[in-house]
Amino acid sequence: MAQIFKPSANHITQATLMGLAIGVPTVWLAIAALSRSPANTKVNVPLNQPIPFSHQHHAWELGIDCRYCHTSVEKSSYAGLPATETCMSCHSQIWTNSPLLEPVRQSYETGTPIKWNLVNKVPDFVHFNHSIHISRGLNCNTCHGPVQHMQITYKGNSFQMQWCLECHRAPDRHIYKDETRPDLQPRQQVFNLYWKYQTTGLDGLSERERALMLGTFNGTDNPKEREAGKQLVKDYGIKVQQLADCSVCHY
Amino acid sequence: MNRRLPLFAIAALSLAGCHTDMWRQPKGEPLGENDFFPDGQMSRPLLTGTIARGKIRKDDAFFTGAVNGKWVDTLPVPLTKALLERGQERYNVYCSPCHGQIGDGNGMIANRGFTLKRPVGNYHTDRLRKMPVGHFYDVITNGYGAMYSYSSRVEPSDRWAIVAYIRALQVSQSPEAYGMDRFEVEALKKTHAPAAGTESHGGGSHAGESHAGESHAGESHSGEAHAEGAAH
Repeated sequence: MAQIFKPSANHITQATLMGLAIGVPTVWLAIAALSRSPANTKVNVPLNQPIPFSHQHHAWELGIDCRYCHTSVEKSSYAGLPATETCMSCHSQIWTNSPLLEPVRQSYETGTPIKWNLVNKVPDFVHFNHSIHISRGLNCNTCHGPVQHMQITYKGNSFQMQWCLECHRAPDRHIYKDETRPDLQPRQQVFNLYWKYQTTGLDGLSERERALMLGTFNGTDNPKEREAGKQLVKDYGIKVQQLADCSVCHY
Repeated sequence: MNRRLPLFAIAALSLAGCHTDMWRQPKGEPLGENDFFPDGQMSRPLLTGTIARGKIRKDDAFFTGAVNGKWVDTLPVPLTKALLERGQERYNVYCSPCHGQIGDGNGMIANRGFTLKRPVGNYHTDRLRKMPVGHFYDVITNGYGAMYSYSSRVEPSDRWAIVAYIRALQVSQSPEAYGMDRFEVEALKKTHAPAAGTESHGGGSHAGESHAGESHAGESHSGEAHAEGAAH
C-alpha cells in the first residue's frame, strides 16, 4: 500500500497547528479591535451633511438653547430634528444670500424636507427614550459628547451595548445633582449647565461638570460622589436591580 | 459523501444567522423616509379637521387668545408662581434669542445682522404695555412681521406662561407705568427671596438682579388685570 502522506506533510501539519494557535486569536482580536474602533463606531468622525451646520456656532457662540431646535427632547423618546421652518425663523433674515444655506431655502420653498445624515443611531431592536434620561438630570453631553463645541456634528460615544450597560449597571456613577442650584429640577439642571458654562467659563464648573462639557466624563469613581449618586437613584425611584435587564431596552 | 452532509448543514445554519432585518426593521420612525407617500415622508401630516380624542379646542380664549374677534385682556389660566417660572424658562429658550432676556428686543440674534424694516419687538413701549394679553398669545401662535409662528414649537399652555412672563418683564422694567413706585419695588426685592426653580442665568449684564421683584410684581399686576376684567 502506497503511503498516503508525503514527508512534507509533517511540516504542513506543524505549520497548520501553529497557524491555528496564532491565527485564530489574532483574527479574533483584530475583529474585536476593529468593531470598537472609530472605523466602525464612527466616534469622533464628523459626518458630512447637506448643510455644514455648526453646533459650536449656534449653541455656544450664539447661546441658543438645545430645546429651541430639539423641541421634543424633554417629553418624547425622540429629541426631534428642527423643521426647515425653524432654520428659517432666523435665516429668512440672516445670511439670506449665503450659498451654504441654499438647500434650506430650497427646502422651505418646495416643502421638501432636508435630508440630514443620521449621526446617532441605535439598532431598531433597541428602544431609547430621551425624555426619561433628561428628567433624571443626565446632561446631553453624557452621551453625545461636547456637542456645543462641535463644528460639524460627530458621535460622542459608541452607542454599543457595553457602553449603555456601563451606566445601567451603576447609575450612581453618572447621576448627580448640581449642589450650587438645589432649586433646579433635574430636567432643568441639564440645560442650566450650558448657561452656567457660558457665564462662568470652565473655571466656575465642578470637576464633573467640566468633564461633561468637554465630553470626557466617563462616570465617577469618587466614593463620596457615588454615595450621593446612590441616594439620588433611591430618591428618583430608579430600579437598579432591573435597570440592566434585557427588557429595559429590548421590548 | 454522507459524512459531509452534517458539515454542510452546520455551515448553512451558521450563515443563515447572518442577516440584519432585525437591525433595520421595515417600520416607520419619526421623520423617516417612505417611498409609499408622494412627498417621501414617513410622518404624515394631520388631515384638516382632525381632532385628537379629548383635545377639541372649544375654549377660544385659551386656544386663540381672542373671543369674538377681540383679544382677551385676562389670562385664561390661573396666574401662579409656577406659571411664571415655566414662562421664564420657555421665554429664555424660544424668545430670548431675538427679544433679549429682558424683552428689550436686544437679543443675540437680533444683534447678529437682522436688517429688518422694523426692529425686533421691544416690550417696554407704551403701545405694548397697553396691549391685551391676547395679542402676545396671537403673535406667538401666528407670527408677526418677520417673526415666524411658534405654534409648532410652543404648546398653548406654555404660550400663556410666556405671555404672563412677558407681562412680568414689562412690570419689572417700568414699574411706574403700572402704578408702582421705586420704593415699592425695592421693598418687594427685599421681602422676597430670589425666584427659585427656574433656569435663570446671567446671559447678559441685566438678567440676574431684577428677577427677585419681577415675578411677584407681575403676579400682582396681572391679578389686577383679572379683577378689572371681571368688573367690566
